Amino acid sequence: MEYLSLFVRSIFIDNMIFSFFLGMCSFLAVSKNVKTANGLGLAVIFVLLVTLPINYLLNTYILTPGEKCILGPDVDLSFLSFILFIAIIAAIVQIVEMVVEKFSPSLYASLGIFLPLIAVNCAILGGSLFMQQKDFANVGEATTYALGSGIGWYLAIVALAAIRERLSYSNVPPALKGIGITFITVGLMGIAFMTFMGISL
Amino acid sequence: MDAKLKETIFNPIFKSNPITVLVLGICSSLAVTVELKGAFVMALSVIAVTGLSSFVASILRNTIPNRVRIIIQLVIVALMVILVDQLLKAYAYSIDKQLSVYIGLIITNCIVMGRIEAFALGNKPIPSLLDGIANGAGYGLILIVVAFFRELFGSGTLFGVQVIPQALYDLGYMNNGLVILPPMALILIGVIIWIQRSIQKDLQEK
Repeated sequence: MEYLSLFVRSIFIDNMIFSFFLGMCSFLAVSKNVKTANGLGLAVIFVLLVTLPINYLLNTYILTPGEKCILGPDVDLSFLSFILFIAIIAAIVQIVEMVVEKFSPSLYASLGIFLPLIAVNCAILGGSLFMQQKDFANVGEATTYALGSGIGWYLAIVALAAIRERLSYSNVPPALKGIGITFITVGLMGIAFMTFMGISL
Repeated sequence: MDAKLKETIFNPIFKSNPITVLVLGICSSLAVTVELKGAFVMALSVIAVTGLSSFVASILRNTIPNRVRIIIQLVIVALMVILVDQLLKAYAYSIDKQLSVYIGLIITNCIVMGRIEAFALGNKPIPSLLDGIANGAGYGLILIVVAFFRELFGSGTLFGVQVIPQALYDLGYMNNGLVILPPMALILIGVIIWIQRSIQKDLQEK
C-alpha cells in the first residue's frame, strides 16, 4: 500500500514539471509534436529507472555516514554527492546508449537521439537529489519513486505536445507566439494539476 | 573598453537574455522565485558558477580532448557548484535549506554548459569570465523581477519586510495566494517574454 501511495504521489502530486520545474529545458524544446515528445518521455522514464536505484545504493552505502556505510560509520563523503551523481548519470547514459545500439537497433532509432540530451536533463539529477532528501527505506521505494516521477514527466510532455499541436492553428498575438504562449500554457496546465494536491493517500 | 567586450557584457543581459530569448536554464530556477531573498542568493550562486567555470574551462581549453569534453565540463561545473554549496552551508544555512536541491541543479543548468560550449572553449580566460558573469546576471535579472512580483503580490513583503501597509489590509485588501504557487512563475515569465518581444519586434517568431 505504501508503494502505491508513493507511486501515485510522485506521478500527480509531486509532479516533476508542475511542482518542481525539473527538466524544463528539454520539456519546452522537444514538445513541438507528440511523436518526439513520446520518445523523449520514454527515454526519461528508462534512464530514471536505471540511475536512481544506483545512486540510492551509492548514497546509502558509501556517501552517508552511519551504520550502513561500508567505509565505517564516521566517514562523511556527502559533499561528493553532486559530482558522483552526475558522473554516474553521464556514465550510465553512455552505457545505455551503447547497449541499446548493439542489441536493439529499432529502439535505438527511436530513442537514440534523445539519450545524450538526457545526461543534462535536470529531472534525472533532480530525481537523485530528491531521493537524497527523502530518506527512502529501501531500494524498492527508490525504484517506485523513479518510475512514478518518470511517468509524471512523460504524461506532462505528451500532454503539452498535444496542446501545442493544436495551438499552431490558433490566432496568438505575434509577440506571444512560440515560447511565450507555451510558458503560459504550461502555467495553466500546472493550475489544473494542482487539483491533485488535496488528495491524501 | 572596446566595443566587442562591451557587447560580451551587455548583450546577455537584455538582447540575448538566456531565459527569455534563448530559453535556457529554466529548470533550476523558477521554484526559488517565491521570495526575493532566495532569488537573490540563487542569482549570485549562478553568476559565480557560470563565471568561474567558464574561466577554468577557458584556461584548460587547449588541453581538453574534444571527445571527452562534455564529461570534463560537467566535472568543472560540478566542482564549482560544490564550492558554492559548501560556502552556503557554512555561512547561510537557512537559505541553503530553503533552496534545497536547486543549488545542486545548477550543474545541469543549460546556461553554464551552454556558455562553456559556445564561448569559453574558443576564447581567452578574461573575456570568458566576463561572458559567464554577464550571462549569469541576465539570468539573475529575470529571477529577481519574477521574485519581486511574486513576493509583493503573494506575501505583501519585499526581502521579508512588510511593504503593503496594514491600513490597506484593513480596507479589505488580500494577498493573492495563487502568485505563490508554482504555475504563476511560468505565467509571469510568459508575460515578461511578451513584453520584451513587443518592444524588440525582431525576436518574434513567425
